[in-house]
Amino acid sequence: MKTDRAEDLFQPNLPRRHRIGRWGLILFQASTLVGIVVLTALILNILNRTFGYVALTYRVPPEALSINGIPVERLHSLDLAYLLRQHLPPQMIARLERDGPLEQRPRRELLDLLAIKVMQPKVLETWTLAQSLFCRQAIETRVARLYPEARLVFRSWLTPEFLIRPQSSRPEFAGVRTAVLGSLWVVGIAIVFAFPIGVGTAIYLEEYTRSKDHWLHRIIQTNINNLAGVPSIIYGILGLAIFVRALAPLTSGAIFGLVPEGATANGRTILSAGLTLGLLILPIIIINAQEAIRAVPNSLRWASYGLGATQWQTIWHHVLPSALPGILTGTILAMSRAVGETAPLIVVGASTFITVDPTSPFSKFTTLPIQIYQWTARPQDVFRHLAAAAIIVLLVMLLALNATAIILRNRYTLRRG
Amino acid sequence: MSVSNSRAEPDIAQQLRRRPRRFETLIRWSLLAAAVLSIFTTVGIVYELGKESLRFFTRQLWEETNKQLAAAVDADDTLLPVTRGGATLHPQDVIRIDDEVMRVRAVKGTILEVTRGVQNTQPTAHPAGRAIYRGERVSLVEFFTGTQWAPQIGKFGMLPLLNATLMVAGIAMIVALPLGLGIAIYLSEYASDRARRWLKPTLEILAGVPTVVYGYFALTLVTPLLRAIFGKDVVEVYNLASAGIVVGILIIPLISSMSEDALSAVPQSLRYAAYALGATKLETALQVVVPAAFSGLAAAFIVAISRAIGETMIVALAAGAGPNFTFNPFEAAETITGHIVRISSGDLSYDSIDYNSIFALGLVLFFMTLTLNIISQRVVRKFRQVYD
Repeated sequence: MKTDRAEDLFQPNLPRRHRIGRWGLILFQASTLVGIVVLTALILNILNRTFGYVALTYRVPPEALSINGIPVERLHSLDLAYLLRQHLPPQMIARLERDGPLEQRPRRELLDLLAIKVMQPKVLETWTLAQSLFCRQAIETRVARLYPEARLVFRSWLTPEFLIRPQSSRPEFAGVRTAVLGSLWVVGIAIVFAFPIGVGTAIYLEEYTRSKDHWLHRIIQTNINNLAGVPSIIYGILGLAIFVRALAPLTSGAIFGLVPEGATANGRTILSAGLTLGLLILPIIIINAQEAIRAVPNSLRWASYGLGATQWQTIWHHVLPSALPGILTGTILAMSRAVGETAPLIVVGASTFITVDPTSPFSKFTTLPIQIYQWTARPQDVFRHLAAAAIIVLLVMLLALNATAIILRNRYTLRRG
Repeated sequence: MSVSNSRAEPDIAQQLRRRPRRFETLIRWSLLAAAVLSIFTTVGIVYELGKESLRFFTRQLWEETNKQLAAAVDADDTLLPVTRGGATLHPQDVIRIDDEVMRVRAVKGTILEVTRGVQNTQPTAHPAGRAIYRGERVSLVEFFTGTQWAPQIGKFGMLPLLNATLMVAGIAMIVALPLGLGIAIYLSEYASDRARRWLKPTLEILAGVPTVVYGYFALTLVTPLLRAIFGKDVVEVYNLASAGIVVGILIIPLISSMSEDALSAVPQSLRYAAYALGATKLETALQVVVPAAFSGLAAAFIVAISRAIGETMIVALAAGAGPNFTFNPFEAAETITGHIVRISSGDLSYDSIDYNSIFALGLVLFFMTLTLNIISQRVVRKFRQVYD
């Protein structure tokens, strides 16, 4: 075999190499596709369980409550109060009227009372959206056979009432208000604690240490990088030992004389949870703030010094304002991490069942992710639907936060450019 | 800082002299204090974990021996007649009757020779028929080699928990490594700018989803799928495979974004050189770009393992409750993190053995992830190739 042309040497191999190359591309595309498919499956799976048929029974069906053919949802509050008086025993009415006569209550509250006390809907079985769409016939025959007295209703588990109702042991009336308020409290405290400390640390590391090789700078920097990699549950254990146990007088509000009446929180409070999450997001805030400060051009600092400003004047009036969008973006990312965090809060001692709104940092707490965890962990299907609805609320909160971060980032780049 | 003209010459020098700026110094020190707080966090973690773990390992557990005092003893008797049967006692064992702790010096049939009132307890008289408890400690050997974790009966071997943790992490890496790397190579070597603009935010969304949502996903979609594929008799409702797969999905964005950064950092000239030698695109990617970015890729994998080990909510929801020493991925088994969550979600009383044990387990977890993170930083520093 003798040839002078170089390309003939390649010839026997070339088609094979190109074929392998094509397969490689297909493989890489496939793995990218898998990522997208998984994300889609995740979202569809949640939507699938947020809507669907339920088999319901009522103690008193809504039709029995309509007056002169007007359905109960459209009745005037006087009529609603009348209905309540008619269907409830007098002792219960007396108890309800302790805070004022029924007729003066808002209409929505009366409707809620009617639903909870009089109609008493009970969910017997639930189906997912896919089942509801594709196996309607089978569902109808099953309901007719198993629950002849029940009616089949298409229900969205995510309703306005779901957002404003407190937690309840009855899935028909459960809501996420206490959990959402708890989340806002806890994340608020975490940010108030972590933002000044995080930004302060970043300023110190970027502006005040003379050289990046100074021992103190190196120790702090390594330490922060390692803290960012510590599993979140370890922060929960730390919070349990320090904030809940060692600082119990502070975090339960005892030293301020602020312990709410009948409180049994013992340091397992919103404040402890907030501080724990604050420690957790501190490294994220620091690292992002450092990057933002580093991106400020040195010419700005020199110009300021040249005009005779002191170091702090330079930082406060020139470096921080131009680093602020970057710092805020990082803070919002840290916030969205805190909003979704579950494990450390369970260790710190989130309460399982709270129906009262949190009123101060010393209240017991539950948060949205914890609510989702508890509903998911229950074996009954009904609670999985509630969990799906709560997940949508959580994801919308996160989406709103991230959208804010992206808008901030874009405005920043526009102004710079 | 204006210098007034009316002043005489020496005064100007006086004025321009460096003056102490109290406010500046105050700011500087408070910023330093903020920076040092992060060190305190680490110190706090190590101190608290260490302190409570020490309590865990030095804690005296009282185990029933099923022996009783055969006759009443006075406060100064050193020979104790005990009943037959029950556990065998040995010299140097620590025993307890009522509130008094004693150390066994010798055993002669049913007569125990003891030192009375050890460990700061007072010798007192005891009536016949009192139960005898033997003191035990959790030994380090048992902790690291025992295959049973059952605190109620005094078994503290963490291997079942560790094994489940490593199995979940292993399954996760099997899922995430090829997919994450494939996505990274696609994004950095093949994808058009437009595709990249769409794909990267999509992956970021995947990374931003809270882990409890992934737990829901594992329990309501992946587990039923596995059970449909492999059969309901083979796959339990809670199982390691489902948890592992979903943890893998969770860390795909982490691997792909870190790997893509590493691959994009490889200079274009290397690719051009490979093309000039007649390499195809795939050959360039796999034989030139990937080896050049090796340190970054390795660091990404190690960080991903550390993340998988520390992942909590997915395993708490999908992997099952109850320690189980098994190598079958379709069985339920509790991981270290899952166990910590389950133990602490009840009303945990301080100074109970359960309370101490979560710190000991936390310490193991902390050192595992810390070691992995340090290794990954070392890998980056040591094997990084600098192209200039």
